[in-house]
Amino acid sequence: MTSPNLTIPSRLARRRAATAENQRPAWEEPPSVPGRLSKGVILGLVVLAVTFPLYVVVVTSLSSTEAVTRAGGLVVVPRELTLSAYVQLLSGGVVTKALMVSMGVTVIGTLFSLVITVLAAYGLSRPGSLLHRPLLFVVLLTFLFGPGIIPSYLLVSSFGLIDSYASLILPTAISAFNLIVMRSFFMGIPGELIDSARVDGASEFGILTRIVMPLSKAVVAVVGLFYAVSYWNAFFNALLYLNDNNKWPLQLVLRTYIVQAQQLPAGAGGIVTSPGMNLAPAPTLAIKMAIVVIAVLPVLLAYPFIQRHFTKGVIIGAVKG
Amino acid sequence: MTTVAESRRLRRSSRGGANWRQRFRKDWPLLLMVSPVIVLLGVFHYFPTLGNVIAFQDYSPYAGIRGSEWIGFGNFARLFAEPEFWSALLNTLTITGFQLVFFFPIPIFLALLLNSVLSVRVRTMIQGVAYLPHFFSWVLVVSLFQQMLGGSGLLAQSLRTHGHGAFDLMTNPDTFLLLVTSQAVWKDAGWGMIVFLAALSTINPALYEAAAADGANRWRRMWHITLPGLRPVIVLLLILRLGDALSVGFEQFILQRAAVGSEVSEVLDTYVYYQGLLVGDFGYGAAAGLFKGVVGLVLILVANRFAHMMGEQGVYSKS
Repeated sequence: MTSPNLTIPSRLARRRAATAENQRPAWEEPPSVPGRLSKGVILGLVVLAVTFPLYVVVVTSLSSTEAVTRAGGLVVVPRELTLSAYVQLLSGGVVTKALMVSMGVTVIGTLFSLVITVLAAYGLSRPGSLLHRPLLFVVLLTFLFGPGIIPSYLLVSSFGLIDSYASLILPTAISAFNLIVMRSFFMGIPGELIDSARVDGASEFGILTRIVMPLSKAVVAVVGLFYAVSYWNAFFNALLYLNDNNKWPLQLVLRTYIVQAQQLPAGAGGIVTSPGMNLAPAPTLAIKMAIVVIAVLPVLLAYPFIQRHFTKGVIIGAVKG
Repeated sequence: MTTVAESRRLRRSSRGGANWRQRFRKDWPLLLMVSPVIVLLGVFHYFPTLGNVIAFQDYSPYAGIRGSEWIGFGNFARLFAEPEFWSALLNTLTITGFQLVFFFPIPIFLALLLNSVLSVRVRTMIQGVAYLPHFFSWVLVVSLFQQMLGGSGLLAQSLRTHGHGAFDLMTNPDTFLLLVTSQAVWKDAGWGMIVFLAALSTINPALYEAAAADGANRWRRMWHITLPGLRPVIVLLLILRLGDALSVGFEQFILQRAAVGSEVSEVLDTYVYYQGLLVGDFGYGAAAGLFKGVVGLVLILVANRFAHMMGEQGVYSKS
């Protein structure tokens, strides 16, 4: 009997607190009707500007030949949805291959970047440690200038890394920004906690894995997602270092067949081989839009996790410096 | 005697050598942890930076840096005599200037608008949607714009069904400036709000209440409280943008160069890429890249000095 009595008032109180927060303070005059209206219209347009193109692309990618023909191109009103474009794209061919490459580079690159970033961020986060100032300076200085396109290309090519997947990871493996975000989080962990572990005989590595990491799950997740998104989106590295179009990641495929509007190769969509499926071949436009959707989907899936941590101030704190 | 020995040991440890050795014995695991990052930055950032010396060479990939002939400032002389280079520089500065006027204020405006929304849930929802395109790649953004505004895009398609003529914003050089700016706004204006929203949240609400009690209306409160509260952030970002005037984004332009032609879309970065890598004129391309890098560095340092003079905290603090 007691538990509902306890929970119901607290829930009510929470709702009351929420509405209090949502309420206009007594001293503030209510906005005029046109003012309120134009605010709503502008913010509505902002939301629409982002969501509408995505919506059209998704709907078109799911449309049949007939629907595309009737719409005269992109489809706004969904009718007779079919997955055949996706089935065709993912049953082998250029896009399947590129998807594998992008996923592989993203997973391996993110793990690699995250591990060395965590190590360095911790190594630079202990106040007064040997050489930490000059080493931090070496990291920060990378904000001010880059090596330039041509010297980078010559270096990668002199290492024999042209046409290797390593060329998509190693040159851009470290983001100084991510490192600084993580370091400033580590510096916020109370020194007493770390000192007491040291007194108990823990090594620095032990302190990092057993004390610092469990306290830093949020920042590690955010930095990991930042790295993952940047690997997934990377386009220029591949343009620069890969001549072999069999090794192309998804972004280059997207550029070739959508931005440059080159004809999809005959086998690009793959062939629907599974007899049970009984799908009509998808129209070219639906296939193209399905490539766009495949390129954006992982970002959309990762986004809620990134967004959840905005509120924790991880990023805002770092942006403010 | 022990005290004398102790004090001597103390003195010695505070003097160079032994102290360093001691600190090294304590801190070597930390140094080991930092080393992979330092090695990677050394190999892929600092070492190729030195490679910019080929800007002073008639560089041939077969002869390498050691075997190529040194020609002093020959590449730079060619660069400064080349109208295409000046056109790329002019395009870059035009785009920066245009975006300073038509992009820069939008995040401030949006942040003010969003901040005045009372419902926390609506605010969070709009923030979520507005930040999203920041995480899209440029290839994706250009693809989406093409599908909406291009020759076979949605807008052209509906104009056609209503009997209007052909329409293609993606290949029109006259509207290119507008196009790239609206792409930049679409992608990053929402994300740009983050800094201003953070600054708005630090303004003391009691100030507004006091001003309202003194009879200041909505607009006067914005003018006398909100904008002064945002001023440091606005000044800092403005200065940073000016310091970064030579960078307008590379991928966005390389993706659309073929469609609208190099006359309007060639910026410094794409110029380096085409002249240096695609034409294979490495020394010349490196000279153009080095010009951009050095002028850019000077601009950033000047901008930062300027920020300090204005009493703001710059990108890096002086300590």
